[in-house]
Formats: sequence, C-alpha cells, structure tokens
Amino acid sequence: MTNITKQQIIHIAKLAKLKVSEKEIAKFQEQLSNIIEYVSELDKADTKNVKPISQITGLLDTKREDLINKKDCLTLEEALSGTENTHNGYFKVSAILEK
Amino acid sequence: MDIPLTINSLHKDLKEKKYSLVELIDSYLQRIKSFDKEINSFITISDDYAFKKAKELDSSLKELGKDAFQKYPLLGAVVAHKDLFLTKGIRTTAASNVLKSYIPAYSGTVVKKLEKAGAIVIGKTNCDAWAHGASGENSDFGYSRNPWNKEYVPGGSSSGSACSVASNFSMFATGTDTGGSVRQPANLTGVVGFKPTYGAVSRYGVIAMASSLDSVGHFTRVVEDSKKIFEITRGEDGKDSTVKNNNFPKPNGKLRIGIPKEYFIEGIEKEVSEEVKRSAKVFENEGIELKEISLPNTKYAISVYYIIQPAEVSSNLSRFDGIRYGNSRNSFGDEAKRRIMLGTYVLSAGYYDAYYLKATKVRIKIIEDFEKAFKEVDAIIAPVSPTPAFKIGEKASDPLKMYLADIFTVAANIAGIPGLAIPSSFNKKELPLGFQLLGPKFSEETLFFLGEKFEKATSYKPKVAKL
Repeated sequence: MTNITKQQIIHIAKLAKLKVSEKEIAKFQEQLSNIIEYVSELDKADTKNVKPISQITGLLDTKREDLINKKDCLTLEEALSGTENTHNGYFKVSAILEK
Repeated sequence: MDIPLTINSLHKDLKEKKYSLVELIDSYLQRIKSFDKEINSFITISDDYAFKKAKELDSSLKELGKDAFQKYPLLGAVVAHKDLFLTKGIRTTAASNVLKSYIPAYSGTVVKKLEKAGAIVIGKTNCDAWAHGASGENSDFGYSRNPWNKEYVPGGSSSGSACSVASNFSMFATGTDTGGSVRQPANLTGVVGFKPTYGAVSRYGVIAMASSLDSVGHFTRVVEDSKKIFEITRGEDGKDSTVKNNNFPKPNGKLRIGIPKEYFIEGIEKEVSEEVKRSAKVFENEGIELKEISLPNTKYAISVYYIIQPAEVSSNLSRFDGIRYGNSRNSFGDEAKRRIMLGTYVLSAGYYDAYYLKATKVRIKIIEDFEKAFKEVDAIIAPVSPTPAFKIGEKASDPLKMYLADIFTVAANIAGIPGLAIPSSFNKKELPLGFQLLGPKFSEETLFFLGEKFEKATSYKPKVAKL
C-alpha cells in the first residue's frame, strides 16, 4: 500500500494552511493513503507520446479592452461588507512583520 | 391551487388568469413550510425577494398582456439556486460554515440572466459543502432526504436543488456539475438534469470548485424546460474567459446512438444497466440506430478526476482566508480538508509529475476516446449512477467508496462534453431509474432533441414525489 507518512500529512497541512489535530492526522493519513493507492493505477496507462494539458477549450489568450466598467465595480462599502474587521476603509489583517 | 409542473403549463395558466404570481409564490412557500423540514432542500428562503419580484411581474403582465411572455421567456418560473450561486443581498453559504453568514455584494451571471428572463428566486438550496460529495451528506447544514423515499440520499452534490424540483418546491433549480453533481442527483430523484458543454455557460459569480471541470447546469421536470433555460443561461458575458458564443447545430439526418461497452461493467446494479438497455430500445424503436462502441480509457476516469479535481480544489479554496469575507480556515469540514490536502499533495514538489502531470496526460486519452466514438455516433447512452439511491449513512464513512459513485459521470467533465440525465421509471422500492445521453461539444440541441423524443415515445408525464 502507498504510504503517506505522518510527517507528510503535517507538511501538507502546513502548506495548505490547515490546522489538523492528532486524531485528524491519523485519519487523513489512512484515507489519503487509500486514495493515492487507488489513483496510482494511472501508472499503467500508456502516455508515452502525449503532451499534458491544463485546459480543454482550445481557446488562446482571451482578451478584453482595458476599460473600467463602473457598473461592474463594487463601492468601498460593498467591498468591505463581508467583514467587520475594517479600519478607515481598509481590511484589517494580522501583522506579518515585527517591529 | 395546483402548482404547475412545467413552464408551458404555467404560462397557459397565467394567460387564462387562473392565479397571480403572488398567489403562486404563496402556494410554493406553503408547500415548503409543510414539507421541507423533513426534506431539507433549502438553506435560505428568499420570501421577501420572491414576493417583490412576483408583484413586479404581475404588473408587467397586466401592462403588457401577452407581450410579457416575449419580454420574459421564463416569466414567473420559480427557481431555487444551489447555494454556490452568488445572489446579491441573499445569503450564500456553499453549505459550509466558512461562509455561514456571507451576503454577496453581487450576483452571478446565470442568476442575473435568469432574473432578466422573468424567473423568480425562492431560495438557496442545500448541497455538499463546496460541492464536494455524491450524497448531500457533506453539508454543514444537515443532509437532505430523497423525496421518493426519505431513508435514502438524493445524491449530490446538488442535493437540495434536485430535491426542490422533485418535491415541487420550485419549477426548476440550478446546479453545478464538476464530476456529475447535476446528473447524479437528477438520476437519484427522478428529474431531468443537464450539464452543458464546458465553456457554454458562464461560471462568473459561482463559487469555484475545480475550474477546468466546473460547469453550470440545471434541474427541470421535462426536457423542454431544460432547453428553454439553457437558451437563457448560455453565451458570453465577458467575465468567464472560457465562454465563447458558439453555434449549437440542430440535429439533422439519421441519428446514431452509441452504447459504450465499458459502462456495463461489474459493480453496476443489474436494474440500472437493464433500464439503460431498455431505454436504448425505445430509441431504436423510434428509428435511431444503436451501435456498440468502446471507450477503453474510461477505466482511468475516476483516477484522473480524483487527481485533477482536488488539485484545483486546493487552489480555489486557498482564497478563503477569513480576511475579506467568511470565517477562518478552521471552519472547513472534513471533506474539504481531505480534498485540499489531497490536492496539495499531488501538486507538491516531488509528486507533481507522478500524479498531476500524469493525470493531465491520461485526460487526453479519455478525450481522444470520445472524439473517436463521436465519428461513429451522434450521442452516447449510458448509466448515470451505478446504483439507484443508496441509504443515508451507507457510504458516509468511506470516502473512496463515495468517490466511486461518480464512476459514470466524471468522464464527461474530463472531456468537457455535455450530458443530459433523463428519468425513465422506478424500481420496486419506488426509487427513480434513468440514463444519461452524452454528445460531442456543443451538441446540446441533439441531446435535447433525443430527450424529447424519448419522453414522447414513452408518453412521459412530469412527476412530483408524494410528501
């Protein structure tokens, strides 16, 4: 069985900014290992001369004119309406630099 | 009053002045109040909004008379939006505690287009949180029950939308289909479920799950209504760069339907496969040629899907940081965490080539299978879910088992082709059975044509569950 280690689970959770408890680590370790084991069957698919793709529309560089449509803009009040943590018309965030 | 079951019958009633739209909204709300405690289709009811809209449209109807139906092709059609569709001023949760009290400052394109066409929003429907699931059980707002048998799941992720149409809580409902989330619950609740071609309908203002797979579809009781709604929702809006105004060619000449042998494998319940074959016969009797075809890479579809989809999920859900809106990442439920972590793993250094890159290559093989098949046939008939509705709790504790419920639906998303799930009958437990039609990109008109042909040939009557 494909084994994802406890350390890997902790590392992935950190990359994804998720807090996981000891209990969750054990649970996800087993579940993710099972899923990865299953999807590893793709090793059997022959893709020797296949180039990978990231989208399937065949469209290239969809552009629009660089104009502002006021109808599509949110007012300051609307833009801030999703949070109570505001200050002088700005979003309040935790400090990331120390003094 | 009897609530009409199709847009046609609604418009007939309105022309005969049988009732006003305000009265119609009243009837829907009464029905929801009486029965939705048990079914749990809705997370939010937008009654004030619905009455306001109904009054406006009632006056338009008075003023314009029959011309009102020209101006508003969906006049008075009551819609329930999956709670992934942003509705300005109406709470939108994605059925997750992260967005428990989020009220959007704008509406999505499809929401706006439907409103402009005269549809009335009655509420926001329950679903698996972030559309992650095949049973509706992953909702942070409690699971929904299948209206035909309340011990069973309605399917997912668009569980509440399917329930709403099957229970006659709305004329139609919107949904998102990333790996089968419209077609599968439609199949399990006996309604028509439509997934458009990738790039036919704008996803602007719909909470993203997996962007190379997501499509915006809908639930109705008959194929004709599905077609009418697609005529409104499709087309460019300048805000989803995958959407271009396309031609949707009408079918002509003698049509052929393919039966893919890989879709009738071990693990599919006999009554499901028999029902699909019986439905194929209906088409044959209508002069449509049936042909066995092969889609050999179908066997890899689930694995491709469960690499690409969580990878894109992990990226899309990274924006939920609780700063500009919503609660912190600690509010994510188990399934979202599982998919974020799985996606982060397959994209992480050292594993990217083995999993993500490999999956995008196998994706091409699956697309090529379909391209080859569609040189021989105009559409494909296939099962939707490998089993009829399963019992609540039956698969909830085993994520991999739940993922396999998507086995016949994910390939259409991988290839970006349209699909139409059509109800055909019921099994001995009174649970719905049906099939899906798949076609090449932008072949929606052919699918609707075939769907309507099937309904006509079987004298299909729109159905509502007895609650």
